Amino acid sequence: MTPPPPAGPVIVADNLAAAYGSRLIWQNASFSVDAGEFIAVLGPNGSGKSTLLRLVLGLIPPAAGSLQVLGRRPHRGNAEVGYVPQRRNIDPDLPVRGRDFVHLGIDGNRWGIAVGDTASHHQRVDQAIASVEALTYADRPIGRLSGGEQQRLLLAQALAGRPQMLLLDEPLASLDLRNQIIIAELVADLARANRLTVLLIAHDINPLLPIVDRVLYVAHGGVAIGKPADVITTEQLSRLYDSPVEVLHDRHGHMFVVGLEAESAHHDA
Amino acid sequence: MPDIDLAAAPYFGWDVLRDLQELFRYTFMQHAFEAGTIVAISAGVIGYFVVLRGLSFAAHGLSHIGFAGATGAVLLGASALAGLLVFTMSAGAVMGALGQRLRGRDVTIGLVMAWSLGLGLLFTYLYQGAANLAIGILFGQIFGITSQDVAVTLVAGIVTVLLVLAVYRPLLFATLDEEVAEAKGVPVRGLSIAFMVILAVAVSEAVQVVGVLLIFALIVAPAAIAERFTTRPSRGVLVSAILAVLFTWAGLTVAYYIPYPVGFFITTIAFTSYILARVVSDVIARRAAGRPFAWREEQLRHSP
Repeated sequence: MTPPPPAGPVIVADNLAAAYGSRLIWQNASFSVDAGEFIAVLGPNGSGKSTLLRLVLGLIPPAAGSLQVLGRRPHRGNAEVGYVPQRRNIDPDLPVRGRDFVHLGIDGNRWGIAVGDTASHHQRVDQAIASVEALTYADRPIGRLSGGEQQRLLLAQALAGRPQMLLLDEPLASLDLRNQIIIAELVADLARANRLTVLLIAHDINPLLPIVDRVLYVAHGGVAIGKPADVITTEQLSRLYDSPVEVLHDRHGHMFVVGLEAESAHHDA
Repeated sequence: MPDIDLAAAPYFGWDVLRDLQELFRYTFMQHAFEAGTIVAISAGVIGYFVVLRGLSFAAHGLSHIGFAGATGAVLLGASALAGLLVFTMSAGAVMGALGQRLRGRDVTIGLVMAWSLGLGLLFTYLYQGAANLAIGILFGQIFGITSQDVAVTLVAGIVTVLLVLAVYRPLLFATLDEEVAEAKGVPVRGLSIAFMVILAVAVSEAVQVVGVLLIFALIVAPAAIAERFTTRPSRGVLVSAILAVLFTWAGLTVAYYIPYPVGFFITTIAFTSYILARVVSDVIARRAAGRPFAWREEQLRHSP
């Protein structure tokens, strides 16, 4: 059994800075994330959203400041942190079932071949696949599945490791709007059922508005965190971007950030 | 029962037992089967990962580098096997360190391959009477294997297969899902290097049997066929090893009766099997496409 998540903050960043090689990406980030919170990480391309996840995973060290994850310094191979990286394309001819991908989430980092506890592992794989409602296609080659189906199985892989925290890098990218909402709600349900803390990188806040607790905005070398209605405002974002940005609302409560096109083009270059 | 006459053509017929007796009548054939089987098993097991990692071409480059190493070693008075091991293992380590960046470097690999062959050519030219040596290294001398050679092959075969099994799960993880594997603490880069070094040993081990060039028939073809017919990695490894052994046995058997080189038969069997496998698997896929829920039917059949 995994122990219940510790009460209080599970991520504490103090004056944190991130660099890619010698290039400083963002700095002076101080924030904390509480256990069980659902955080959407937003910001333009190249602003350092994935870098934040890599810091939490312990894949890169902080350039400055300090970072605590689940009460410790981040370290690689932390079983308490589940991770679904940003996907490009999985080769359609890859001769491996979705189920095998999920299985790797349990014992893929152990040496040797599987002996002994295989039955209990198969059960855990089945549970994880069932929890993302992917049982009907888990035995097909993963490359032949749709983007949404692949995303579910990769999510199951992260869950099979029984983490306390999920880091998801653009799980909604390349999905149509209907699937974006379905996957976002699935993640939210799973997080609630398993009491998981979630950091989810996204481009568009709107499918996530009903489920996020707070948003963490990474832009222009800095980081801002707060309730969507507090962070995604004309004033806040203009200050963060250091350029005039306007937030518009439609009558359904959806938010649209306008004036960023030039900014993201600049970061992409 | 007629006497078996040494001068007569070897017996071949429906009497399987007698066929086998005939096949294993000579020590050179026994040694050929022993060494061939060992090399085939390790080639099949390693081949699964070579194909899955998309390293067929890079791995082929290794064998050319091995040729330069083997001929160079002989020129310096050392053993060909030592030269092979040193050259392929160092080149393998470099390729492994490049990791994913190796993909798409076909120009670099192609140039290094050609240059290695050129070097090998120079070394064989400088070494008097080296034509046989070069042919032996490139294409193997399977009917000239001593029991000592078999012992060396056995040790190398056991070591390579055990090493692959020892890194099996993390290697599979790193191959299929490098980023997550890395985050989960799998030493992705170290495994990439280790795998290429294991491959180097397997290529060197194969030199006496099918030679450094033709070993790729046993590394690539069985694995590529296996990956067309199974979506389970553990089965893929097994099927690949079994196919490699069958190709080798078939090649040796045919070569015993028809006096052409074994390497020709093994590669021909591997190649035609691959073509056949492609056709068959395409037909299966097209049939399945005709019934969009075929996978679902299969699943219901397998569910308890």
